[in-house]
Parts: sequence; C-alpha cells; structure tokens
Amino acid sequence: MTAGGPSREWSLAEGELDAQGAGIPLPRPTVVSKPYWDGCRRGELLFQRCRACSATVFNPAPACRQCLSSDLAWERSAGVGSVYSWTVVHRPQTPAFTVPYAVAIVDLDEGYQMMSNVIGCRPDDVAIGMRVRVEFRAIDDEITLPYFVPVVAPGAVTNP
Amino acid sequence: MARHPLHDVAIVGVHNTAQARVLDGHTSDTITLDAVRGVLADAGLGPKDLDGVSIGGQGTQWIYQLGCGPAWRSGRGDGIPQVLEAASAIATGLATTVVIAAGSAGVYTERESTAPWTRPANEFVVPWGLFTAAEFALIARRHMHMYGTKPEHLATVAATIRNNGHVHPDAIYSGRGPFTPQDILDSRMVADPFHLLDCSMTSEGGAALVLTTGERARDLAQAPVWLLGGGGDSYGPSYQHPPVFDLTGRLGTEYANGWAGRLAAQRAFAMCGLTPSDVDVCEFYDPFSFEIIRQFEAFGFCGEGEGGEFVMDGTIEVGGRSPITTDGGLMAFSHGGATVQLLQRVIRSVQQLRGGCLSRQVAGAEVAMCSNGGPGALFTDVMLLGKEAA
Ligand SMILES: [Zn+2]
Repeated sequence: MTAGGPSREWSLAEGELDAQGAGIPLPRPTVVSKPYWDGCRRGELLFQRCRACSATVFNPAPACRQCLSSDLAWERSAGVGSVYSWTVVHRPQTPAFTVPYAVAIVDLDEGYQMMSNVIGCRPDDVAIGMRVRVEFRAIDDEITLPYFVPVVAPGAVTNP
Repeated sequence: MARHPLHDVAIVGVHNTAQARVLDGHTSDTITLDAVRGVLADAGLGPKDLDGVSIGGQGTQWIYQLGCGPAWRSGRGDGIPQVLEAASAIATGLATTVVIAAGSAGVYTERESTAPWTRPANEFVVPWGLFTAAEFALIARRHMHMYGTKPEHLATVAATIRNNGHVHPDAIYSGRGPFTPQDILDSRMVADPFHLLDCSMTSEGGAALVLTTGERARDLAQAPVWLLGGGGDSYGPSYQHPPVFDLTGRLGTEYANGWAGRLAAQRAFAMCGLTPSDVDVCEFYDPFSFEIIRQFEAFGFCGEGEGGEFVMDGTIEVGGRSPITTDGGLMAFSHGGATVQLLQRVIRSVQQLRGGCLSRQVAGAEVAMCSNGGPGALFTDVMLLGKEAA
C-alpha cells in the first residue's frame, strides 16, 4: 500500500464494482476522528480499544460505549473481515455516485463493524459471510477511503 | 389495574391538508398553517382554546401566530414521541388542549438526488452512498439471511399497501393501481432487495392533531379517540452509524436494534392490558415493504422470522385479522418530509376508530396500533389508541 496515491494491486474485469471518483461527498475529519483518517492516508486501518475494559470502539469516539472510560488507545486492524450485510444500490444517492455500488457493513476480525463499499467483484458476488480485506483509495490529498475487496477474488479478478 | 395517566387524554381533532408530490405555491409555513386551520375546524375549536403548541422547532413562533399564549411549548417534531409528550403534558396538568402540527413544502427540489433528510452527513457514512433505502436494505438483507424471508413476502406487503392507496380518494397515488406482487417485483431495483415499488415516495403536505383532557373531550365536536398506551425505542441518531440488526445496548439480543419497537410495544400493551390479538387496525409505518414484516415480529403479532409467511394469506388486507396501513401510507398516501408522515399514522388510526373512512374502513374497529421509524434509522415508536377509554 502506498501512501498518497491511488493504489491498484489488482485489475478490474468488465462488470466489476469500482471505487467512486471525485465529486462524492467526503468525510470531514473531526478532532476525535483525525487519527483515523490520517491512518487511512498512510494505508493503515485504525480503531480504538478501551484500556479499561478491552472493548473495541468504532466509529472513533471520545469514550468507550461499554464502560464510558476515556482511556482509549488506537490500534491497527489487519483490515480483514466478513460481510455482515450488504445492498447493491442502483439508484444513486446523488448523481455524484456511479451505479451500481455495493454498500456493506463489514465485521472486522478484531471485533468491530464499519460501513464501506465492496469493490473488485461483480454485484452478484457480494454475499453475507464473504471474506474481504481493506483496499485504500485516495480520493484527494486529504481523504483516502477504506474500500473492501474479496480476499479470494471471484471470477476474473487477478490478485497478486 | 391502576388507571394510567395517559388514559385520561383523547385526540379530538385530526387533519391532513392537500398532499402532492409538489405543492405549488406553498412553503412549509403555509401548508402548516393550512394544517392548523383544518384541525381546529375538525375539533370545533378556535386558536384561543389552545394552551399548548407542539410544532417542531418553530413552536414558539406558532404560539405567537396563534395568539394563544401563555401556552406550554414543545420543540419536538418526531411524530409519535411528540404526541406522547403532548399527552403527558396534558395528563400532568402542564396544558389542557395541545395542537400538534407539521408541514413540508418546497424543501426537496433536487429531483435527481434522494431527499435531503435521507442523506447522512456523518463522516463514516457519507462517502458510501447511503440513503434510507440502502440503510433499511441492510436490515432487510440480514433478516432474509437469518430467516429466509423472500422478495415475494416484501412484494405482497407493498402491493397490499399500494392497493389501499389506489382506492383512497386523497392519496397521492390514488387510482395508480391495482398492483400485484409481481408488479412490485417487476419494478426496477433501487437498493437490493428493494425494488422501486417496495419504497416509499417523497412528497409534500401538512398534518395536525389536537389532544385534550378526557373531561373536555366529551364536550367537543368529534367522538374522542383515547390513548391506551405508547412507547419508544431509540438506539442512536439516524443515518450516522451502521444500521446493524444485532446492535445491542443494555438488554442483549432480544432487544437488539433489529427488534426495535419490541420493548415499546410491550410497554404500550402493558399500559392497557391488551395484547396484539386485540388490535383491529395496524397503521404501521411503511418506509419500505420489509419494515411491516419486521414490525409484526417485533410487536409480538408473530414469532421471530415468521413475518414473511404471516403477511401471505390475506391477514394484512382489510377484512383480514391484521389490516395494515389502510390509507396507502408512505408508499401511496404521502410522505411529506421529516414529520408529516409520522403524524399521519396516528391520524389514520383516529380516522379508523371514528369510523366512516371513505375507503378501507375496518368494520367495528375498536383498537388501533400505529408506529413510526424502523431499525434502518435506529428507532421505532408505537402507540395504541381506542374507540373507548381504557
Ligand atoms: Zn471500556
């Protein structure tokens, strides 16, 4: 994973889902979330863990959702998990989005969940339980987004 | 059982303004004004009879406009909780007669995009192209995975509600049907598993209610409709966090977000000693077809995972045991913004219990249950209403 630029460790076949381009609404990092977005830019998927009770915390928060401790430490996720639920969207939120795109909730192996898009496979390939890994895409100088791709690429995807 | 304080509160006025995809010449203020005038006429009251106002964030402006101060005020605009708050204010003596109103027009103008109130601004959601159809689809997909719920089940719900709207003279999609489940399945896919006709519309309109004490209600123009119970389950802000079916809080998986409304319904039924089998009309919130299936399970009308089969044998049609969303709901009657359609589930419940609905009147309806929300938005609220006081 290279910092800053769009990474492309695999090539898309015809009909496979791709990341969105410029023009989509982008996150505006806050004081709390800035370390997370800085991590994405470096190609690292970060989450918080509570030092008081060991619970994982995501989205980035000022306090643990289990014990309300503020003693949270950033950890790096291996970026691997499973699709918890998904939908393939055919009518875009705004015209800035290219359809179809696959929205998914991903269960990270470290024990937390996050929203993302699954790319690098056909829409019909997306399924609950599908193993996925993070794939960073730089949208601009500020924001790199954590997409997910199949761990074992179906169909014509060539994984290095 | 001890008399519950809410049982001495009644709904004595309801009104829907004109509803349309676009209400030409209207602003949110002018259509709200129409709603207030209409509900006062329905109740046979004047503005000076009001001593409480619950009209969203603009409540105090409306107290001034109505000239009804000194008046109790609310800043809420969230439908059923707003009605329960007003009822609580009346039950505790903070106010006697409260108007609740909402209106929306001229807000949704970028027609190539989904409605602005459905689009998240949260940084962990915004880049992934979410809007309500996708949020609720993530819940529905999980249910389909767990229980084998089928697109045909969803389509049967959508066809039933759309057919209720088809025969309703004031529904925006009046006369647009009739629909078969296959028509729903043949419409284009929006967010899998939701086809276009599984989804609610966007529109403009106004709606209002008047609540007062039981004592006052007996002297007014309309037969009062009585509060029997209510409740509200929230898990967080809508459209900022992943809509996870299994999101749990203090009570574990039985009360996870996917079962939002379960505790609310249990509380509502406990307030009046009724059970789901006592409910004659199910004026459930229908942002998406699947949500009705889920609500039957969460509210205890059937077991977990049984909702898909529950809706398949005519049970949910008028004439069946649990008729749903009899005005056409958000799919065919109206979905006028952030608050209007929430209140309209309550209004239709009142109309059914008064009797005399021009279409789809449930014969002999004595108890109605209405709902708002859904786990795609991390909340579900419910209310039980009766033709007779509890
Ligand atoms: Zn903790």
